[in-house]
Amino acid sequence: MRMNRRGFLQTLAIGGGALSAPSFANARQDKALSPGALGLLYDATKCVGCQACVIACKEVNGMPPEFSDPDHLWDAPLGLSASTRNVIALYKEGGRHSFVRQSCMHCVDPACVSACPVKALTKEPKTGVVHYDAGTCIGCRYCMVACPFNVPKFEWGSAYGKIVKCQLCDHLLAKGEKPGCSSACPTGAIQFGGVQKLLQEAHARLKAAPGAYYPKVYGEKEGGGTQVIFLSALPFEKLGLPDLPDVSSATLSETIMHTTYKGFGMPIFLFALFAFIARRNLQKGKEE
Amino acid sequence: MATAKKFSYNSGSGKPLADLSRRQFIKFCGCVAAALGMPASMAPKIARAIEQGGRLPVVWLSFQGCTGCTESLLRSTHPTLEKLIFEIISLEYHETLNAGAGIQAEAALKETLNRDAGRFVLVAEGAIPLADKGVYVRINEQAGVDLLNEVAPKALAVIAIGSCASWGGIPSAGPNPTGAKSVGSILEGRPVVNIPGCPPNPYNFLSTVLYFATFGKLPELDAHNRPKFAYGRLIHENCERRPHFDAGRFAKAFGDDGHRKGFCLYKLGCKGPETFANCQVVKFGDVEASPISIGHPCFGCTESGVGFEKPMFQRADIQRFTPPAFYPHVFEPRGEGVTPLTAALGGVAFGGAIGAGYALTNRLFKATDGKEGADKPKGGGAHEDE
Repeated sequence: MRMNRRGFLQTLAIGGGALSAPSFANARQDKALSPGALGLLYDATKCVGCQACVIACKEVNGMPPEFSDPDHLWDAPLGLSASTRNVIALYKEGGRHSFVRQSCMHCVDPACVSACPVKALTKEPKTGVVHYDAGTCIGCRYCMVACPFNVPKFEWGSAYGKIVKCQLCDHLLAKGEKPGCSSACPTGAIQFGGVQKLLQEAHARLKAAPGAYYPKVYGEKEGGGTQVIFLSALPFEKLGLPDLPDVSSATLSETIMHTTYKGFGMPIFLFALFAFIARRNLQKGKEE
Repeated sequence: MATAKKFSYNSGSGKPLADLSRRQFIKFCGCVAAALGMPASMAPKIARAIEQGGRLPVVWLSFQGCTGCTESLLRSTHPTLEKLIFEIISLEYHETLNAGAGIQAEAALKETLNRDAGRFVLVAEGAIPLADKGVYVRINEQAGVDLLNEVAPKALAVIAIGSCASWGGIPSAGPNPTGAKSVGSILEGRPVVNIPGCPPNPYNFLSTVLYFATFGKLPELDAHNRPKFAYGRLIHENCERRPHFDAGRFAKAFGDDGHRKGFCLYKLGCKGPETFANCQVVKFGDVEASPISIGHPCFGCTESGVGFEKPMFQRADIQRFTPPAFYPHVFEPRGEGVTPLTAALGGVAFGGAIGAGYALTNRLFKATDGKEGADKPKGGGAHEDE
């Protein structure tokens, strides 16, 4: 059989139609915040940069120190890593400066959970903590690519490397204690609690001192919302918090994937396309 | 102080006692409570314990040591030594402070052992030599280890004062020709409170004794049987030079600019980061000074395996790493980027791949040409070969 241009275009149209038709039916909605969701409110205007949270995090999670100086004098991580789940970074511009805490945001609709092919990353239904299970993980590191905040880190030095990230000290939460960072914070810059309450608190602070803050609660809507929310005097982009759309990236990617694979559509279409090309080439060879 | 109410205390031995004003006495108890990290409200309780319990009989034995621990105690000022031994404790036997000598002194010890058996506190100073049947310490024709074994079972509590008694100290340093051992290792099976230090801080000793007198039990001890109130934290954690450490300001040689400015002594071998003691809080000699204050690195005298064992100017093994006083940037550049070496290696690899690809293509076409004849020339390389 030899297909002409007309026939080829027809095949494409049918395939494309088959793919696009159910796309509306598969449009995914952002996941909603659980009423019992727990999170943190980090107020950069209250942070004094003492790094007590960094020490406390390492202590309660049994993480080794990380050196960045030749003499190995300090536990001085340059950012999140396999041995650092929580770090305080400094932004400086002219005479102004601000600290910012880098750690897992515990997204309401996490991209890492969506990207994980084996459910090693799960979102706890009640508290909303994004939990990692090393026993399930296959080490594909899709979560690292998927995370819009660049949070999950891999143990590159280990032959059986695991993913390391903040789990909101869920081992302490189980005992009724607060996460290490918020217990250690001497100024109350890291406040632990229910996300709804924290959002109320954040808005109350914005209202009480409008001049002191950049007029936004970061994490209320960004990327579908996060359970770790931020207040700052400076624009959040300067503190390394990306300007994300209100729709989570999990919604975008899952809509595309679930649409194209609906009824095994994409594989069948691709197989048909390649079969056609292969057959055409075969015919061409015979004629010659 | 004519109008002040006077108190007198009865000692077990019934000797006459000196008087102490109530005010002075409560003040002293307050100092002890503070040293123990207790609220001031504890002072009356301590006072009551001293008043009601009578003076605590104490037997102080000296073994393989330099008497520096005694010298340290002699220089305490609150209370002064005479107040301590005449009004608070009843010092029954102490080789340096005995009023009598020879037969008289030994008789006093024998009398105490009979009269106060089970109610006196034994304080041991110095290490116990075991080599050659303990001949390196002999007191009254008795080997030190035998004397300790005779007295200790009758004591209510045993306190090992100084590094030698606590873990061996100088006498046990290599090659340890006398086989010096700590008091705790001789008296295995019974709790010995260690007050290490060379010399130990007298207030750590006094506070332990008063704690015992007040509560009738020993204070909370750490893994090396040291009272936690005094040896619970690293020197490094309470050091007045700590901010210099965190900021990376170090003295690099004695007398250099950093040393003159009072920078951190870590790089001169300060053992503060691996030594547990309260020297930087309580200080010495009541003049707000410690070795580190006067510009010399800590040599770790309270810590077994550090003091007298590690070279004095060798850098300490930091026990607890904490962040420095500076921060990563929000956008921290990671890695070193392209160095000349990586560029050269990359170039070699890339060039090699290009060369190999070229050679391979040449061979491939040569093989094809050989099979199908020269009527189908395809590659330039094949032509060059012909």
